[in-house]
Amino acid sequence: MKHDYEQKPLSVNEIKNLIERGLEGAEVEILDPREDGVHLQAIIKYKGFKDKSLIEQHRMVYKALGESFNKELVHALSIITKTD
Amino acid sequence: MDEATKHKIESMIKSEKVFLFMKGTPEYPECGFSMRVVQILKSLNVKFGSYNILEDETMRNSIKEYSNWPTIPQLYINEKFIGGCDITEAMYNSGELQELLK
Repeated sequence: MKHDYEQKPLSVNEIKNLIERGLEGAEVEILDPREDGVHLQAIIKYKGFKDKSLIEQHRMVYKALGESFNKELVHALSIITKTD
Repeated sequence: MDEATKHKIESMIKSEKVFLFMKGTPEYPECGFSMRVVQILKSLNVKFGSYNILEDETMRNSIKEYSNWPTIPQLYINEKFIGGCDITEAMYNSGELQELLK
């Protein structure tokens, strides 16, 4: 599938930094399984996810990423959340 | 989002027990995440309604606002927002999704 980007997508490190800044103390690993820089996977271990529903956990990650999705700076990010 | 759009979304999620807002159609998904949710629902032999958000820019933005969720696909069951592809997959793997669909 071909995609045209209006703006340069966020790099693996930029995504990692945004999530770590938004979720203090979180351990964040960003994988790029296809090595294309745009179909990414985030594995996030964060104590603050405890007792939150999956929807709430994902919303916390989305909040940390701010407007990245709306501005299409992140194309495809699979999110796996863990508490420990 | 205007009232007409909100009403349109509400009537869609009420139209079927399971409703999927996706990129493309169940026959021709246009994104890997949408395709994965379709695969899961099909594997469970679930009848579901769907809407291709690529057809309408207003709907594409409105559904994100309505669900307070920035990405597509978005799955609704019994008029309740379930989540996107990762959550659907996690609930499928845990058996929670199958319980909801009973």
